[in-house]
Amino acid sequence: MTKRVAICAVAQIPYEREKSTVRFQGMASAVLKQLLEQTGLDFDEEKGIKAAITCSDDVFDARTISDNAMTDAVGAHYRSEEKVAADGAQAVYYALANVLSGHYDVVSVIGHSKESQGQSRNLVTHLAFEPFFTRPVGMDFVVAAALQAQAYMAKSGLTDAQMAELVVRARDGARKNPYQQALPSVTEGEVLASPLVADPLRALHAYPVTDGAVGLIVASEEVARRVTDKPVWITGAGNCLDTFFLGERDLAGNFALAKAAGRAYAMAGVKDAGAFDVAEISDPYAYMLPLWAEGLGLCGDGRGAKWLADGGPDARHVNLTGGTLAGVPQMLGGLARVAEAARHLRGEAGAAQVKGATRAVAHGLTGPAGQLQTVVVLEA
Amino acid sequence: MKRNRNVGIIGVGQTRHSSHREDVNQPEMITEAVKLALADAGMTLDDVDCVVHGNMELFEMIHQPDMWHVIGFGGRGKSELRVTTGGTTGTTVAAAADHLVASGMHDVVLAIGFEKLQEGNTTGGITNMADPLWGRELQTGALTGMTAAAVMEEFGDDRAKRAAMIYRIVMDQHAMLNENAHRRFGLTMDMLEPMMENSPQLVGELRMIHMCSQSDGACAVILASEDVVRKRKANPAWIVDHVTVHREETFNLFGNAENYTTHRYAAERLFGRNGITDPVGQIDVFEMYDPSAWWGLDWLREFFLLKGDAHLKMVEDGEIGMEGKIPINPSGGVIASNPIGATALVRVAEAALQVRGTAGGHQLKRPVRLALASGFGGTLWTVLFLLSKDRPNLEG
Repeated sequence: MTKRVAICAVAQIPYEREKSTVRFQGMASAVLKQLLEQTGLDFDEEKGIKAAITCSDDVFDARTISDNAMTDAVGAHYRSEEKVAADGAQAVYYALANVLSGHYDVVSVIGHSKESQGQSRNLVTHLAFEPFFTRPVGMDFVVAAALQAQAYMAKSGLTDAQMAELVVRARDGARKNPYQQALPSVTEGEVLASPLVADPLRALHAYPVTDGAVGLIVASEEVARRVTDKPVWITGAGNCLDTFFLGERDLAGNFALAKAAGRAYAMAGVKDAGAFDVAEISDPYAYMLPLWAEGLGLCGDGRGAKWLADGGPDARHVNLTGGTLAGVPQMLGGLARVAEAARHLRGEAGAAQVKGATRAVAHGLTGPAGQLQTVVVLEA
Repeated sequence: MKRNRNVGIIGVGQTRHSSHREDVNQPEMITEAVKLALADAGMTLDDVDCVVHGNMELFEMIHQPDMWHVIGFGGRGKSELRVTTGGTTGTTVAAAADHLVASGMHDVVLAIGFEKLQEGNTTGGITNMADPLWGRELQTGALTGMTAAAVMEEFGDDRAKRAAMIYRIVMDQHAMLNENAHRRFGLTMDMLEPMMENSPQLVGELRMIHMCSQSDGACAVILASEDVVRKRKANPAWIVDHVTVHREETFNLFGNAENYTTHRYAAERLFGRNGITDPVGQIDVFEMYDPSAWWGLDWLREFFLLKGDAHLKMVEDGEIGMEGKIPINPSGGVIASNPIGATALVRVAEAALQVRGTAGGHQLKRPVRLALASGFGGTLWTVLFLLSKDRPNLEG
């Protein structure tokens, strides 16, 4: 890379099942306020925040051009505001491009999502399926995930009991994160007895419906030195898209994620996943943690179930605060993981803190069954 | 603009814009534009590193449509990004593609804008952009008669109405030269007065003939790094700079602040930092996002930083035509074709065609060194692009 780009501030409001007293503009505004307080930045044309990148989705927001509502909420009045309509890690990817291009030296990234607004998030993701072949048969992201879970369990030997353990682990981990919503502890038996939603996925295998907002300040090295003592450098980023129709994809494989990780690692000059002290994986469904761990190279292809059995997630500091499964809006998945990884590198991860962590990987996914994968490498 | 490295537009592809493309689905329509852009650049899909995609989800009611459209743009295995900012989406797609190449993260980026408005309810979709508590009851899609009323109040009814209709007829004359344009009526100046009286009124003096179409269409643009441009001996339109300006959504609902348009603000910033002191004199062509003749007329004053009635005079004196001092929209502009998610990218694409000398039937006869392209959307937002025949000097 030609120059260094840093995350200078990390902010968010607590995740909740339903933020009934605040609109999405208010959620973003609260995050922006924290970012300004942490950095002392303002919107000065010379020295302030030059551009805002927001991350959300029109269908989830139930508004055409929903970033219409965001201009003043993110301080972009007579400034640039651009919306990344995909997983939040994509917004981080774009922020990196903004700064490396030389066009801007400091940008804000604020993602927001109120999944509680819709009658069902599945109605939203149902609309991701084209109207000719897949929509008429009732596809949505849960159904796509179930098909992937079937394929992955057959390939790796992942068991129902292991998925139940992952749910219990996520809920226990969430208690170490003050931003995570208070979810009741569950036992493996309760997970195994929860209603079957789409075979093999049960209700507790899916992340709970969540509202929230997460933000970052991303800036050039020059600005970073001025506004923070704890810059977290974005040293690598890569993404990769797979094709659409599930039947044309290797659902139990990692075509897109392996390429995305390869790109990010190459940019960061990292040989393999052994270099990471912390890994934050987007896992909206329980089976995804071992599957994506394979894609990131934390374990070998098809070895995810064995890696779980050997205590891989704890040994490699993966999703110590519960990951997406503990309740993060799907649109923010990767942005939340970047924020969590950055907290570890800043020594601000509280009870979950990995001591002396200097390098982390964060991951996000967009689309049905992880069609678009994004990987970000961070260094203290 | 501070720029890590130069970026050139080396390929452009557009569908023929139309009210109904029932012969193709969305990915198929995008494929048409992508194939043309690749052919124009002398490339294959293998040469593309990354794809940037944009449109508005609630027009066609497809959530994250890039996931499906991958089969139309050949993006499997490539990097990808989706950005959406309403009407400005196409220019935001172009800005994002520029950032991705200039950053060094990608060498060749395929930028895609599309819309298939036939498959949804456009005015319903646009009305849904207004705040549900503060204005949705008042929103009438993109139809607003306020500009017509303001221009008439400032310059008198007759002069204003004539100037708007001259603007409209010139745009149609340009559209007649562009095979991709959706609406090509063959309007002539002798129809000016009858149309002023007879065209159906939509809102006040905003009449049917003044307003843009709803179109189906896609646009694809290939952006490449300076190294790639050199190695391939491509014919580039260099990106000099771009400015994005948004404003609060409430339209100054509770105050009386001066109406400082984002167009003027963007033009001042863009010209100021790129040595443009005489925009009308220095810029050779302007592809403006002009959703109606009234807006096109009124915005000339803002974009060119004019005062008084200078913009009306430009229109009255024939300065915006193909042979005029500052040709506006040789393509026919947005009034002729408006596939919304593609429209602003079409402006950048058409400006690039003029700079590269590859616009075909609507190519200006004079040399084009500097071209301007604008995007418009949201609550009166602007993205403004400056393209050049001459490679920007990054040393200076």
